[in-house]
Amino acid sequence: MPDVIPDNSVGIVTPQVIQFDDPLTLACGRTLDQYQLVIETYGELNADASNAILICHALSGHHHAAGYHSMEDKKPGWWDNHIGPGKPFDTNRFFVVCLNNLGGCHGSTGPTSINPQTGQPWGPDFPALRVRDWVESQVRLSDRLGIQQWAAIVGGSLGGMQVMRWSLEHPHRLRHAIIIASAMKLSAQNIAFNEIARNAIKSDPDFLDGHYLEHQALPRNGLGLARMIGHITYLSDEIMGDKFGRELRSGSFQRGQDTPIEFQVESYLHYQGDVFASAFDANTYLLMTKALDYFDLAREYNHDQVEAFRHAQCDFLVVSFSSDWRFAPERSREIVEALIAANKNVSYAAIQSNLGHDAFLLPNERYEQVLSAYLTRLDNEVAAP
Amino acid sequence: MTNRTDLDIIKQWIKPSSHILDLGCGDGTLLKMLHQEKNVEGYGLEIDPDKITACVANGVNVLETNLDEGLSQFSDKSFDTVVMTQALQVMRFPHLVLDEMLRVGKECVVTFPNFGNWRARFYLLTRGRMPVTKQLTYQWYDTPNIHFCTVDDFEALCAEKSIRLLHREFVATRLPDRQIKGIWPNLFSETAIYHLSK
Repeated sequence: MPDVIPDNSVGIVTPQVIQFDDPLTLACGRTLDQYQLVIETYGELNADASNAILICHALSGHHHAAGYHSMEDKKPGWWDNHIGPGKPFDTNRFFVVCLNNLGGCHGSTGPTSINPQTGQPWGPDFPALRVRDWVESQVRLSDRLGIQQWAAIVGGSLGGMQVMRWSLEHPHRLRHAIIIASAMKLSAQNIAFNEIARNAIKSDPDFLDGHYLEHQALPRNGLGLARMIGHITYLSDEIMGDKFGRELRSGSFQRGQDTPIEFQVESYLHYQGDVFASAFDANTYLLMTKALDYFDLAREYNHDQVEAFRHAQCDFLVVSFSSDWRFAPERSREIVEALIAANKNVSYAAIQSNLGHDAFLLPNERYEQVLSAYLTRLDNEVAAP
Repeated sequence: MTNRTDLDIIKQWIKPSSHILDLGCGDGTLLKMLHQEKNVEGYGLEIDPDKITACVANGVNVLETNLDEGLSQFSDKSFDTVVMTQALQVMRFPHLVLDEMLRVGKECVVTFPNFGNWRARFYLLTRGRMPVTKQLTYQWYDTPNIHFCTVDDFEALCAEKSIRLLHREFVATRLPDRQIKGIWPNLFSETAIYHLSK
C-alpha cells in the first residue's frame, strides 16, 4: 500500500470496459459476435490525437500497467517503472493506452466469460487466438478511441510480436514501433517449455478437460507448476544464484539432524506458483502460450522476413537484454538484420542486465535512458510534425 | 586556405541521397549532418552505451555492435559509402575491418591519427617514452588505441591489398604543421583522411 502516491506516479486509475458489437472473424475461422476489452489510459489525448502510445502486454500481463487502483493496492501496475510523469512514457506528454487482450482473464472477453450461446463460461471452447486477432481487436479499439495513427506501439516479449504484426498489417497506423526482448518466431526450445507448462495444467485432476469453472474446481497445482517452469526461464542462472544461492529456508544439513530441508529457491517458486494460480485462468494460459508458439512473422510473406518488413512504414527501436535466454539478444539481432535488409529506420540497444527475460519489466538505468531518448525525440515530432 | 575539419572533408566525398554506414559513429554528428545537408540515409554502429543514447536522442539510426566481430550482418555492396572516423586504431584487426568495409561498401572513407607526426617522433626520441600528446592523451597501458599507424604504413597496407586511393587529405591544427602538412604528410599531418575503393 502506498502511504502517499509518489509524484511520478499516474496515481489512482480506473479501468474502463469497452463493448464491441461488430462481429470479429478470427484467424481460426470462428467469429466472436460481440466482445469487450478492458483498458486503462494515462495522460491526455491531444487535439489532433497524435500523442497516443499503445502498450501491448506479454503472456501474463493485463491492462493495469501503471498507477494504483486504490490506496489499499500493494503494488502499482506492471510497467509503473516506465509510465508516469517524467518517466520514459511521460504522461505529461503522451496519452498512454494499455488493454487486457482478448482471451485474457482480467476483464476482457475470454475463457472465463459467459458464452452467450450456452450461458456457461466459455472455458476450453473459447476460440483459439493468434497474435493477429489481438492486433485486429486493437485496431477496433483505436477507432473507438479516435486514434487514427499511434505515435508509437510498444511491447515486450509476446507484446513485441503484436507490435511487429501491427507494423506489417496496419503500416499507416503507427509512426514508431518499440520491440523489446522479442522474436520473429519462437525457437523449438521455447515451444518445448510452453508445452511442459501446458502439460502441467492439463495433468491436474481438477483441470477437467478445461471445464473446471462449471464444476467449481480450479487446477491450482497445475497452473502453479506451469508458472514455476515459466518463471525459471524468465530469470537467469546468475540472478537466481545472487538471490537464493543455496540458502536454506528451513532444516539443516548438520549431522544427526533429520528435519526436512527446504531451499529458499524452492519456497520462492512455490510462492510464485501459488500467487499466480490464484490470479490467473488456466484456459487463458493455454490460449496465450499457443498464440506465442503459433506466431511466425513471415509465414504469410513467403517465409521471408525481409519481404515482410518491407510492408512496414514506421521507424523501429529494438531492445534486448544480455542475460535473457528465453528471448535471447540473438533473436533481437535477427529482427534488426531483417529491418536493415528491408531498408527501414531502426536503432538497436543491447542492454547489459543479469535479470534474464524479466529485465524488460524491471528498472534499469540504461534501458530507461534509451527509452527516454527515443520518446523525447518522438515527442519533438508530435510537437513539430 | 581555411583549415577544414575532418567532417567537412568527408562530406564532399559523400554523394547526395546515398546510403551510408558509419562505423564507430559516436553521438551520430556525422550522420545527422549528412542527413540534413545531403539527404543521406543510413546506420551508425557504436558500442559505447552513452553514445548510443546520444544517437537515439539525435534521431540517428544506431545499432549496438562490436566491430571486432565483423560486419557479417551486412551483405556485399549494400552501402554506397562505409565511413570510419578515428576508430581504425582501436580495432583488434584493422586490416580485416578494412576488408569488411570494402566488402559491404562500394567506397569507403577512413580517418586516423597519424602516429608518424613529428611531435610523436620527437616525444619518443627525446623522452624515450610512449607519446602522450594533446591529441593522444592516454598512457600506453590504458589506451584503447592498440593499433597506431603512420600515413606511410596505411598506404603500404592499401598497396598490399590493391585498394585504390580515390582521394586523400591531411589535417593539422597547429603551426607549422598546418602550413607544411601537404609537403610531407607522414611527418606533419595530425589526421589522415582517405577515400578508398577496391
